Amino acid sequence: MSLTRIALAGEGGQGVQSIAEILAEAAYNQDQQALYIPNFGLEQRGGVSIAFIQFSDIRIGAPKFHKADVVVALSERAVSRTAIYSGPDTLFVYDNGFHVSEQDLPREAKRIIGIPAIQTANQELHPRVFNIIIMGAVIGLTKVVSFDAAKDALESKLGYKFEKNPELRELNFKALELGKHMAEKALQEGGAENV
Amino acid sequence: MPNIIGASKKSFVTGNETAAWACLVAGADMMFGYPITPQNEIMHYWTRLAPKYGRGFLQTEDELSAGFTVCGSVQSGKKAFTATAGPGNVLMQEPFGMAEAMRLPLLAIIQQRGGPSSGTVVYSQQEVTLTTFGGNGEGMRIVYSTASHQDIYDYIIKGFNMAWKHRFPVFILGDGYQAKMREPLEMYNPEDRGIEMVKPYPLIGVEGKISAGREPQHLNNIYSLEEELYEVVMKVAAEYEALEDSIVEYDEKNCDDADIIILSHGVVSRAADDAVKILRAQGIKAGYFRPITLRPYPHKQLRNAIAKSGAKKLLIAESAYGQLERLTKQEIFGETIKIESLFRPGVGIIDYDIINKVKSVL
Amino acid sequence: MNAPAVLKVPKSWYLPSKPHKFCPGCGHGIVLKALGEVIDELDIQDQTIFGCDIGCSLLAWDFFACDSTQTHHGRTTPVMVGIKRSRPELVCIGYMGDGGGYSIGSQHLVNAAVRNEKITLILVNNTNYGMTGGQMAPTTLPGQKTETSPYGRDPETTGYPTMGPEFLSELTPDSAYIARASVSKYKQLKKYLKSALRNQMEGNGFSFVEVLSTCPTNWRTNAGQTWNFVEDEMEKYFPVKEFKNPLGKGDK
Repeated sequence: MSLTRIALAGEGGQGVQSIAEILAEAAYNQDQQALYIPNFGLEQRGGVSIAFIQFSDIRIGAPKFHKADVVVALSERAVSRTAIYSGPDTLFVYDNGFHVSEQDLPREAKRIIGIPAIQTANQELHPRVFNIIIMGAVIGLTKVVSFDAAKDALESKLGYKFEKNPELRELNFKALELGKHMAEKALQEGGAENV
Repeated sequence: MPNIIGASKKSFVTGNETAAWACLVAGADMMFGYPITPQNEIMHYWTRLAPKYGRGFLQTEDELSAGFTVCGSVQSGKKAFTATAGPGNVLMQEPFGMAEAMRLPLLAIIQQRGGPSSGTVVYSQQEVTLTTFGGNGEGMRIVYSTASHQDIYDYIIKGFNMAWKHRFPVFILGDGYQAKMREPLEMYNPEDRGIEMVKPYPLIGVEGKISAGREPQHLNNIYSLEEELYEVVMKVAAEYEALEDSIVEYDEKNCDDADIIILSHGVVSRAADDAVKILRAQGIKAGYFRPITLRPYPHKQLRNAIAKSGAKKLLIAESAYGQLERLTKQEIFGETIKIESLFRPGVGIIDYDIINKVKSVL
Repeated sequence: MNAPAVLKVPKSWYLPSKPHKFCPGCGHGIVLKALGEVIDELDIQDQTIFGCDIGCSLLAWDFFACDSTQTHHGRTTPVMVGIKRSRPELVCIGYMGDGGGYSIGSQHLVNAAVRNEKITLILVNNTNYGMTGGQMAPTTLPGQKTETSPYGRDPETTGYPTMGPEFLSELTPDSAYIARASVSKYKQLKKYLKSALRNQMEGNGFSFVEVLSTCPTNWRTNAGQTWNFVEDEMEKYFPVKEFKNPLGKGDK
């Protein structure tokens, strides 16, 4: 696998940084090179929270990047905030339940894909696993880590919670799987190309 | 030294966590610190680790106090360190000056943030001038500019040793990106790599009783006569210069036949490394030179790289407006190579930026 | 009252640095003599670390045959804190003027007091910056003329004198020792210094003695006027007494 750059963005409390860290650790545990850096600072307080993650076979260079291979925007504000990370080769993903105007969407993207993550979380699972659905979607879109490695990483991160409440494990793994399928389906259907 | 790490182990951590572990395995006794982003987590990890290993910590009232408590601790014979950034680094130049004057082997980890003033809490390479030549002195310090977590770990261990071996203050110059990002790191006990840790010793409160005939230790940093100060500064300068060759560190790649040498330090050198690989693949003869020590500066090695390559241009890339460039120009004064610059103060530089710049100046 | 004649040199004095370098009539010599006698009486010469601030107090840097360090203006307190926190068996004495303690180093003084740092600070108050040529200090009395208050200190524009022991008493727990002494009352001065050191040695807490002192050079006073200023002006404004003494509690 060559270098893959991902930007995840959402509101504070949505768990963007958590899933970025879990994904990076999952890759690291698979003996891949991984580098994860959050945005931090004043903007983070009440602003959009962005995680920059890179995966590679060889040592990763600069910690941040100008254009991502995949951008996932987890909130309406995050869509316009992350448009700058989208270039002609970028897969831009957002929730198709968002009310965003045409001008908020990136001007440049290889494809723009909407997925029903929020709706799925709310109706089929639980709002708290929304970020895990997104994590599954990232795996479905990029194959940066295997599904099993992601499950292992989730287990090592949240295992202590799962022990107390085994249903939570089921819920998280289900969310991961749904997210993955959702992304794969969206990829097959195409989404909007070269807007 | 207790076996802290066990067998050498891989981990996926932040640079700040790396720094705390490195200080621990290097045998640091005390940390004094004051909160400032982006170095806070060094204190957070240290305060969790320190009590388990009998090490100390004090959160002081400000950076002046953090710097001077470190000076006191070092005088009393303890391996002491602090960590700071930006405006905190500005304040700490006062105690760092005392450390230079009194040859106090303190270690300071600087995680550069944006400047001037409060700037940003995020990232820059704008504390180069301050960290290398801050204070009202002559820059008699050792500054390691790290580029990765492994560097942070390795150079903190080495830094404590250089400080206590040579009695010059040592600076680990990182940045907000390195502080906050997670990447793989291999942790180890220095002893398992054959690294012998230099033992600290007191400068006051030394062994022997004054009442039984030992001379009292009167440490000073102020002189009545100009000539007295002159003697001291000249002696320190001579000692520093004599040590330069044994302290200087650098990294050089593809300079033998380079048409253009890309000079960068710290985290930017990672992008420069990538850029050189890509440019070479495209048939452009680019070379890579990274000073690891900014003080003392590897000027002989850089002059040599310029000479042997016959390069026409030196591109200096930094996340500052010319701090590395000024430092480099004074160190290689007289070289006729054309200097080009890529200044991006307070923001990151990626391989793409460097490649574009190289193509625009070749 | 006159300074007591030097009859016997304290054992803890460093003889090569004598005669000392203070101006004739300066109170520092009296404070340091008292401190030397106290160091002898407590037998702590071998474990004392003496830290000097910048200002006239700096001239004491090699006064004692004790290990000592010079610091920076205002920074003696944190240096002493760093040493004491690292080597609690040492007896750390920070020696400073009113400028170093109450002005440029006030944040260190306040916070060392709040943390109840187990160090002893001696602050010599001579109502001006002596070393730099007699500028107004935090302790300059209302109406007092200095180089930077040539028409007399105006409290309307420059505030009132800093009352150190008073505010430090408010900041410290009962285990702190806080006092104000005067070079005009030698026995009491010695007693306070001794208590301040004992309080540190017993591991109780922060110990602080302000000493009202003289500066005939910058005051431009003769011997009689100098003592009158200390005893009549200064001691009236700055109450000389123990503010806090945890030692011997329950003795009676």
